Amino acid sequence: MSSASPTGANGPLQNQALGTFAKNTFGFAVSLALTLLGLVLVTFLIARVVPIDPVLVMVGDRASPEAYEQARRAMGLDQPVYRQFLDYLGQVVVGDLGRSVMTGRDVLSDTLRAFPATLELALAATLIGAVLGVPAGVFAAVRRGRASDHLVRIISLIGYSLPVFWLGMVALLVFYARLGWVEGPGRIGIAYQYSVPGRTGFVLLDALLAGEWAAARNAFSHLILPACILGYVSMAFIARMTRSLMIEQLSQEYVLAARAKGVPASTVIWRHAFGNVIVQVITVITLTFAYLLEGAVLTETVFAWPGIGLYITQALFSADLNAVVGGTIVIGISFVFLNRGADLLYRIFDPRIR
Amino acid sequence: MGLKSVLRMTTAVVMLSFASMAPSYADTPPDTLVMATSIDGVTSFDPAEVFEFVGGEISNNVYLRLLVRNEADFSEVIGGAAESWEISEDGLTYTFTMRDGLTFASGAPVTAQDAAFSLQRVVKLGKSPAFILTQFGWTPENVEQNVTAQDDRTLVLRISEAFAPTLVLNALSSGVGSMVEKAVALSHEKDGDLGYDWLRSNSAGAGAFVLRAWQPNEAIVLEANESFYLGKPKLNRVIYRHVPEATAQRLMLERGDVDMARSLGAEQIDSLASNSDVKVEIDEKATVLYIGLNEKKPELQNPKVQEAIRLLVDYDGIGGTMLRHQYRVHQSVLAKGGFAALEELPYKQDLEKAKALLAEAGYPDGFNLELDVFAGAPYRDIGEALQANFAQAGIKVSVVASDRRQVLTKYRARNHQAVLMVWSPDYGDPHSTMDFFLSNPDNSDAGTAKTAAWRNSWFDPELKELADKAIHESDTEKRKAIYADIQRSLQTDSPFVVMFQQTEPVAMRSNVENWVSGPAFDTYVFRGITK
Repeated sequence: MSSASPTGANGPLQNQALGTFAKNTFGFAVSLALTLLGLVLVTFLIARVVPIDPVLVMVGDRASPEAYEQARRAMGLDQPVYRQFLDYLGQVVVGDLGRSVMTGRDVLSDTLRAFPATLELALAATLIGAVLGVPAGVFAAVRRGRASDHLVRIISLIGYSLPVFWLGMVALLVFYARLGWVEGPGRIGIAYQYSVPGRTGFVLLDALLAGEWAAARNAFSHLILPACILGYVSMAFIARMTRSLMIEQLSQEYVLAARAKGVPASTVIWRHAFGNVIVQVITVITLTFAYLLEGAVLTETVFAWPGIGLYITQALFSADLNAVVGGTIVIGISFVFLNRGADLLYRIFDPRIR
Repeated sequence: MGLKSVLRMTTAVVMLSFASMAPSYADTPPDTLVMATSIDGVTSFDPAEVFEFVGGEISNNVYLRLLVRNEADFSEVIGGAAESWEISEDGLTYTFTMRDGLTFASGAPVTAQDAAFSLQRVVKLGKSPAFILTQFGWTPENVEQNVTAQDDRTLVLRISEAFAPTLVLNALSSGVGSMVEKAVALSHEKDGDLGYDWLRSNSAGAGAFVLRAWQPNEAIVLEANESFYLGKPKLNRVIYRHVPEATAQRLMLERGDVDMARSLGAEQIDSLASNSDVKVEIDEKATVLYIGLNEKKPELQNPKVQEAIRLLVDYDGIGGTMLRHQYRVHQSVLAKGGFAALEELPYKQDLEKAKALLAEAGYPDGFNLELDVFAGAPYRDIGEALQANFAQAGIKVSVVASDRRQVLTKYRARNHQAVLMVWSPDYGDPHSTMDFFLSNPDNSDAGTAKTAAWRNSWFDPELKELADKAIHESDTEKRKAIYADIQRSLQTDSPFVVMFQQTEPVAMRSNVENWVSGPAFDTYVFRGITK
């Protein structure tokens, strides 16, 4: 995190500000490049030690020796490992993530299809988690030790400790199969699958943009259950963290002083105490969101949600090196940007950083 | 805003979200069959390359093959794109007459030139299934001389040896015999790939359906080909929805969001029994489940140990409740229902005899054995049941469950001791199976033919000779008899313990009719399905 200079009307200050901006941007670019290099290297090595023969996945178990050898050469696997890595790096630098063995398409277009699905789910889940988790955490901290505090803690503990896979199954059984409140697995019903133009990759948004209300409703109905499940899990984490941050603040002397001065309770809680922990809460929410971007594999499996987690997992099981590295790069980039976004939010909320 | 109001508001938002969802009872469109299954194995739809389950069944519905299997009796081959054929005296030349008036989905006629191009293309591309054709002596260099179109309706094939006609015709009825529209393939050609890159995700066939869309990990859509030569399919659309989780598949089927669930386990099938809206059909498939014993491990070389292992398996116990709906007892490499399959079941569990054999072999206290199995159901359970069976004679089995591809990688490198493995024939002729279990031209670690014989470090030259005799035997009954002898020999003297044959349970809504699966991975026929 760095300090931005106030921009004045005089030259030196402006130049200084521009210099700082350039430095910041350069620093960001360097950190992005280093992150990606590390990611590519580690993922590449992991994919190399997976005890699965990638050629097998490509040609099947019963290919003739010639077909096998031809595919092996085509995949560059006859080269020494360092050569393979350098070749791959050379491709990545120019934005070519190679071709996926699994789908036969280029990895970039695969990930650009899968990533929005995950993003859509993660955004909805984080929204639910934050909207419920932050007030619940504050509420529990204020009523520390009372029944309502225990209730919040128990609910959080359940969300924390139950396997999300099982939770998803039960939720499907109850809300979809038994009650019929929501649509089942998948992103959108087949009736609408091909009537909505995919402009943004977010099905719900696309349907709204196209003015297809029935399709939008259907997409929302598909999204809400997995989003609630993941939202519940994030809520558990956010509520717990918010609670402990708030408890620490509420025991500070300035809170006592404010109360003694007769400041209304809600102002003390929200403006004074919460205002002081908001930066940490943002960090917690960002972490949750980041976790959802790569940790939603099980939910994606249960709900047949064609997201990036599912994509990378299946790629791993297929020893589909390009897809694994490509998918990881996409997630890696979004992590770097998330961090950047959190930094910017700190500036808005924390006057000391401005 | 007070704390309570914030809480009240959030609660209201959540309640409203749910309230906006009135109960929905979605039915699939009446002209569309929707199947829930896992489509993550699909890598290509090019018939010169397709070699896995979902791709295989789609290819059979999108492409018309030169010859096809008779839906009334799948062991019989009948005319597809070709209506008749003649075989020369010396058995080296096959002359096919193409069906008159046949068209591709595009409307263009299916000519002998298309047929020749399609077969040549398979050989030139040299993808995995190419060996089905190259065994007839065709190479990328000579295939244009040996596969020729004499005129628009006459296709002539010359093969290198006088193979059994049944073998040649069976091979041509497999996926590599698919008719690809030459003009379309070539119009999409890139760098001399004969349209391969485009055909991986598009179709140019004369089958009952057309491939309309493929979204990896999401859906595959087939649309009816109105000009199909046997008449327009009953349904306009067939959609595969990727639902990897079996429980989710079951729920969707029960809700009516899909018409079929294709990958349910035994428990899910059981749970559907009480639901009158759903029915289950059990199809017999040509897949067999066997144990491969690697003779690299000294104990496993001993024929007495191999025999003891055969006698330790509790066939009926495992094949009963544990494998219900999924496998049934079968003990020879050729699956029941196909040509020349041996249905005899000579083995039953006999602990005393097995212990005696182990003692004779010099292992009265048994030995340690590592058994590789697929991690999924029911394979891990079978592995554990075998572990208990073998323990009764002192063989201490450690079951190693790993991902399917990991097991295959290990097996192909022959780094296993014992493996629980499935085999399904590549095309509808016994030779496909026999070649895999018997052929082993180089039994050294450097051997490149990764057959089951090589993988288990075993070779029986006499049996191999018999198999070679069978593929040149033009008398079908005699050919069958040779295969019966080979199967009996494999049953009693080989490192393969064949135990079960796969049955595939397919759960569907009760209004779905005329589901035709056929014995193989690529013999499904969708055009007659109604709902």
